Amino acid sequence: MEIKASMAGNVWKIVVAVGEKVEEGQDVVILESMKMEIPIAAEEAGTVKEVLVSEGSFVNEDDILMVLE
Amino acid sequence: MFKKILIANRGEIARRIIKTCKRLGIQTVAIYSEADNNALHVREADESYEVGKPRVNESYLQMDKIIEVAKAANVDAIHPGYGLLSENAEFARKCGKANIVFIGPKATTIEAMGDKINARLTMSEADVPIVPGKTTPLSDVEEAVKLAEEIGYPVMLKASAGGGGIGMQLATDEENLRKIYDGTKTRAENFFGNGAMYIEKYIDSPHHIEVQLLADSFGNVVYLWERECSIQRRNQKVVEEAPSPFVDEELRKKLGEVATKAAKHIGYVSAGTIEFLMDAQKNFYFLEMNTRLQVEHPVTEWITGLDLVEQQLLIASGEKLSFTQQEVQLTGHAIEARIYAEDPKTFYPSPGTIQTVSFPEGENVRNDTAIENGIAVTPFYDPMIAKLITYGETRELAIKQMSEALATYKIEGIKTNIPVLQEIVAHPMYESGNYTTKFIEIMRKKGE
Repeated sequence: MEIKASMAGNVWKIVVAVGEKVEEGQDVVILESMKMEIPIAAEEAGTVKEVLVSEGSFVNEDDILMVLE
Repeated sequence: MFKKILIANRGEIARRIIKTCKRLGIQTVAIYSEADNNALHVREADESYEVGKPRVNESYLQMDKIIEVAKAANVDAIHPGYGLLSENAEFARKCGKANIVFIGPKATTIEAMGDKINARLTMSEADVPIVPGKTTPLSDVEEAVKLAEEIGYPVMLKASAGGGGIGMQLATDEENLRKIYDGTKTRAENFFGNGAMYIEKYIDSPHHIEVQLLADSFGNVVYLWERECSIQRRNQKVVEEAPSPFVDEELRKKLGEVATKAAKHIGYVSAGTIEFLMDAQKNFYFLEMNTRLQVEHPVTEWITGLDLVEQQLLIASGEKLSFTQQEVQLTGHAIEARIYAEDPKTFYPSPGTIQTVSFPEGENVRNDTAIENGIAVTPFYDPMIAKLITYGETRELAIKQMSEALATYKIEGIKTNIPVLQEIVAHPMYESGNYTTKFIEIMRKKGE
């Protein structure tokens, strides 16, 4: 399952690492844009397979942030 | 009057200040971050200097660097605009030490109004109504329950060190208050490193109404009436108007007089605003004082015919106010709509490059903006990219102007809240003139 950015902005914090188990609704990435921080949550439970962005990088809306399995 | 000033800001407000300076023959110095090297304010100023990397704490908040630039450029004064360093007492002091005038109130005033509990106490000394409650820290849950009974439910339990909606919890009855007490305290400790809490009456669906003041260094204070700023999202204003359609003549005068008395009590100097919460019965309570120019100052400028930046410059250069309360006149009605680079549905930021922009025009239309074709709206700064202000002899005409102007406003390349602004000014609740801070929430619910 892919986790996508709901807005354009900078990746402020990546909360989980590859191999970590996440629950449904758990925040996995926090994006920051224009003085606003938006936590991105996992829509389903799973294990982090791949993290595609790094802290400080810029992402556009709908970019894939990480992949869960 | 000053010969040359530095503007410690960016975006539309830096341009707005430059405009008045040009009219008055004052030289301007702009500062900018790496991300703003091609910004309009940089090109419009007489001189400009880069002060650091895109993030504000590495550029626009670099106090020492900015003062260094100001000294090298040999300016008389620094205008901080709004936000950034505008309410930073330390910066005001640093300016003073460098023999540069800080265009704003004294550092001690900024400090006194910046501390919530202190501001509340100071205002009550000046007979300004404050929200019923207690401002000294609560000792335990029993004291909270006892006080809540005196004040009457619902009450707000607030962290002394909190702000921006964080560290506040609503309690609807005693059982509820007992249940949330410990959790709110723990959260205050975790977030702010300070578990001190106080309790206040909860004002349900308030109006957010503020009074504009001008005060010179000779103790003269004039009020420029009120602005209605109840339409907000995420506690930030979206549409403002002056005068408030919820306030009648008698109340208008009372608000002005209360605010004037408060400004005199604290020895206020410069332009400043006292914000009030007003309930449905038109009781009003002190919320906070903004010791700077406000984003929404153009609506006041339009109904008074005054240039508030010019007034700030005159006051800071030691001039007396050139008019009395009796000599200022309120004429017509003005509305401001803030254009945010954001998704109109989620209100999430939408940075990107503006391909094309075309502004509405007209005699009763004012555009204060920081955008042009091809400019990048970066994720580093506030999402507000422009303000649209319209005027009418009556409120009805001002609204009509606003709807027409919004309909012709075009910004392509990024998402903006223009559709939301159109929905707001066309809403019957807006037309009625009686709306509260719940406006957008109510508008959205009905639309579902």
